[in-house]
Amino acid sequence: MDAKPIYSSEKIVLNQHQYNKEQRFLLFKRILSNRLMMFGSIILILLTMVAFLAPIIATQDPLAINATARLQAPSSEHYFGTDNLGRDLFSRVIYGTQASMVVGISVALISGFFGMVIGLYSAYNRYLDHMLMRICDGLMAFPAILLAIAIMAALGPKTVNVIAALSFVMIPTVARVIRSAALVVKEQTYIEALKSQGASGIRIIWVHIAPNTISQLIIQLTYVFAISIIIEASLSFLGVGIPAPDPSWGNIIYEGKAVIYNAWWMTVFPGMFIILAVLALNLFGDGLRDLLDPHSKK
Amino acid sequence: MQSLLQKTNDERPLLEVKGLKKHFPITSALGKVQGYVQAVNNVEFTLNKRETLGLVGESGCGKSTTGRTILRLIEPTSGQALYKGKDLFQLKQKDFQKMRSKLQMVFQDPHSSINPKQRIGRAIEEPMKIHKLYDSKERSERAMELLNKVGLRGDQYYRYPHEFSGGQRQRIGIARALALNPEILICDEPVSALDVSIQSQVINLMEELQEQFNLSYIFIAHDLSVVRHISDQIGVMYLGELVEKAPTDELFSHPLHPYTKALLSSIPVANPEFKREKIVLKGDIPSPLNPPAGCKFHTRCPYAIKRCKNEEPVFKEVAKNHSVACHLID
Amino acid sequence: MEPLLKLNQLKTIFSTEKGMVTAVDDVSFEVYAGEMVGLVGESGCGKSVTSESILQLLNEKTTNYEGEILYKGMNLLSLSEEQMREIRGNEISMIFQDPMSSLNPVYTIGNQIAEAIMIHQKVGKKEANLRAIEMLRLTGIPSPEKRVHEYPHELSGGMRQRVMIALALSCKPQLLIADEPTTALDVTIQSQILELIQELREELDMGVILITHDLGVVAEVCTRVIVMYLGQIIEEADVKTLFKSPLHPYTKGLLKSIPHLDGDRTQKLNVIKGVVPSLQDVPSGCRFAPRCDFATEQCRENPPELLELVNGQKVRCWNYEHILREAKDHAVTTSENK
Repeated sequence: MDAKPIYSSEKIVLNQHQYNKEQRFLLFKRILSNRLMMFGSIILILLTMVAFLAPIIATQDPLAINATARLQAPSSEHYFGTDNLGRDLFSRVIYGTQASMVVGISVALISGFFGMVIGLYSAYNRYLDHMLMRICDGLMAFPAILLAIAIMAALGPKTVNVIAALSFVMIPTVARVIRSAALVVKEQTYIEALKSQGASGIRIIWVHIAPNTISQLIIQLTYVFAISIIIEASLSFLGVGIPAPDPSWGNIIYEGKAVIYNAWWMTVFPGMFIILAVLALNLFGDGLRDLLDPHSKK
Repeated sequence: MQSLLQKTNDERPLLEVKGLKKHFPITSALGKVQGYVQAVNNVEFTLNKRETLGLVGESGCGKSTTGRTILRLIEPTSGQALYKGKDLFQLKQKDFQKMRSKLQMVFQDPHSSINPKQRIGRAIEEPMKIHKLYDSKERSERAMELLNKVGLRGDQYYRYPHEFSGGQRQRIGIARALALNPEILICDEPVSALDVSIQSQVINLMEELQEQFNLSYIFIAHDLSVVRHISDQIGVMYLGELVEKAPTDELFSHPLHPYTKALLSSIPVANPEFKREKIVLKGDIPSPLNPPAGCKFHTRCPYAIKRCKNEEPVFKEVAKNHSVACHLID
Repeated sequence: MEPLLKLNQLKTIFSTEKGMVTAVDDVSFEVYAGEMVGLVGESGCGKSVTSESILQLLNEKTTNYEGEILYKGMNLLSLSEEQMREIRGNEISMIFQDPMSSLNPVYTIGNQIAEAIMIHQKVGKKEANLRAIEMLRLTGIPSPEKRVHEYPHELSGGMRQRVMIALALSCKPQLLIADEPTTALDVTIQSQILELIQELREELDMGVILITHDLGVVAEVCTRVIVMYLGQIIEEADVKTLFKSPLHPYTKGLLKSIPHLDGDRTQKLNVIKGVVPSLQDVPSGCRFAPRCDFATEQCRENPPELLELVNGQKVRCWNYEHILREAKDHAVTTSENK
């Protein structure tokens, strides 16, 4: 006649503890066992540290011109050599890292925020959905880089403008991902349960749907981060990105283009950093997806 | 005579559903309405305090839609649902949100009915938060008390849904539904996703809670033996329509509608020595998109006569509290 | 008579992140031609894993088998993948619970059945198509000549399950494994399908293993019943004996906990206390002991063996004699009351 399940309460509490520990251990094991993701995260951590510690790591002032030491090959004095104005390339690449990371992170955060808002509301409201998604379709019809160039041409070359342009370009992609994730969550019974309790739309969206799309958002943002590094480099290469004399990977390569046959180091070193950063971000993103979103695994 | 006409509050049924209809429009790609799916058609029943009404039928018969329209999770096309004499369908959205606390729902799937990112204590507090009841400490206390009431422990408050089994989650779902002190619980297949030995635990719990909190249940299920156990009266639905409604014992001892008879005879009985005449229905349930004319059951009915094909039978009372929609019963 | 299928101390072990999990533990039983054996139990009891082990459908990287699966005296576990493919669908067939996801949506049902026939039997396309139509007719699908050209989504759930059965029987297998074949179907359709399987079993003299959680279904169609709990067989008997005098407390509990159509509605349902433990932490003694009302010190410490009684009934319980006696006493008193 006793409908209550029988528990031995101490055992449950102990089990609970054990369980949490086990889960953490398993997660840790999974991260460790994913070598590529480990590689990606180590590179990312290193790059972030480089960006933060740029003033300490850089051996010289990246803007200091030295007309007597132009286009010198890598040496113990100038690790990466010097550029056509005699500036220390190593210091410029290090400061360029800072610029790229700042742009990447800012774009990820800004497009993440707006993409999330737009994605969630279009998933929840059919009328908003029609409107917002058609706008997104329109924006996505342009190649991202062309759109970014157009915006930069209108705003003028400035770091803030680069961030603004890239964020604008990235928002539709993020919004789409969040929208589709939110549509799945919206169909879950607990959303219907909340409606039956009388919950308001805002509460359902922000307290219940949003947290369940966060993992998808984070995964998407690592890709946004990577793409914005590439587009930022492209913009700088085209002369509409971070304005000279401030160093960025893109504009160092741009300056190196003219002297590519005499000074290979001006294109190779910043190029390697771009490849390394993008590769690391993609590996990290793939690893995260495997961890957070088990359904995507084959 | 006078007293019969002036029913007092107590005599009036708690919930009275009349002529409930839900027709879903089918639209073409351009948004033009091409027709209607008659998901629920002219359903009517009454529910008294502390009573359980079972709604049974096969998939697509409209039993779940009926439950959801009463809660206006799906807006009804027409009809009335009188809760203590007040028509729920006529209330403004804002007023109805307040009424929701009196009518709550328990869902079928214990795995998707709780937010996986929310601790279960919070999930139970959520409805109280929405209705701005109590302060935060009282809410937590109440959540723990409710956990106790449904046979879980208060200290499980901080756990996440994935740490519970299906049966335990169903208990959490029930605790959450009780958080607002409802009078009516609409239970949509609350045990069909559970294992046999867990089903009986949950059914017993629901019976205990009914007594303790004076609850009325609308119990939607396809498993007739479970429905028989818990219900006081049962409504049998077929293709959106109520074909028979009677007190439980009456329905099982004297089923009148041919569909009810077939349904009762198809339930597998856990007794190999029990032999009976089985009515195996031929064919499939017709699509509700394109239901047959006349009596909707005539395509599968072994007793169908000419009249059944043309004329729709009326749902009427043939004995005390026993109503049926069939031409053969007069 | 030699059994069609004989499992000999089968063990199916999964290697998971958390270590080895024995999902099927020491399972032995026989299936003879023409009989329908019910395999019942709750989720996680290993009934589906047992059937998937027979056909070795589980991920071979993470699964280890021990023991023997003898099909007509031949050990299936020692066969190569290629030889197994010869057996699957041809000699032993399987029907799954979900008929929608088991059919390929881009081919017509006729194509799918004909293909299955052509894989295993040396017949031409025309012949295979004719056989497909015949199979569909056999399963009671009206106007099969037209239906063969339809796609799975054009059929209702019951029809799809019939197609699945037609597909499974297209090569006239000698053993059919039906894994919850009617769980996704409505009751009126369920009785059609069960009747169909029953008829086909007689007609083709197949052995059938019916896996289900529904004791009612078992009582209606099976000849012999095997009850599983946490990867082990805990009771086996012919259907009448099992329902009339179950010996294992778990079987008894299950039978009592389902609401019966002729039961007393005012009475509370019997419950089996607690929940099924996870396979990761199996109780050390009798696996049912933590939930058992009759458990003693011995039950909690020593795992019981599966014992065979004189009447052929098998039970894995230390105290079945005691329980049996009690049941007899109870039966006497109730008959006196009548």
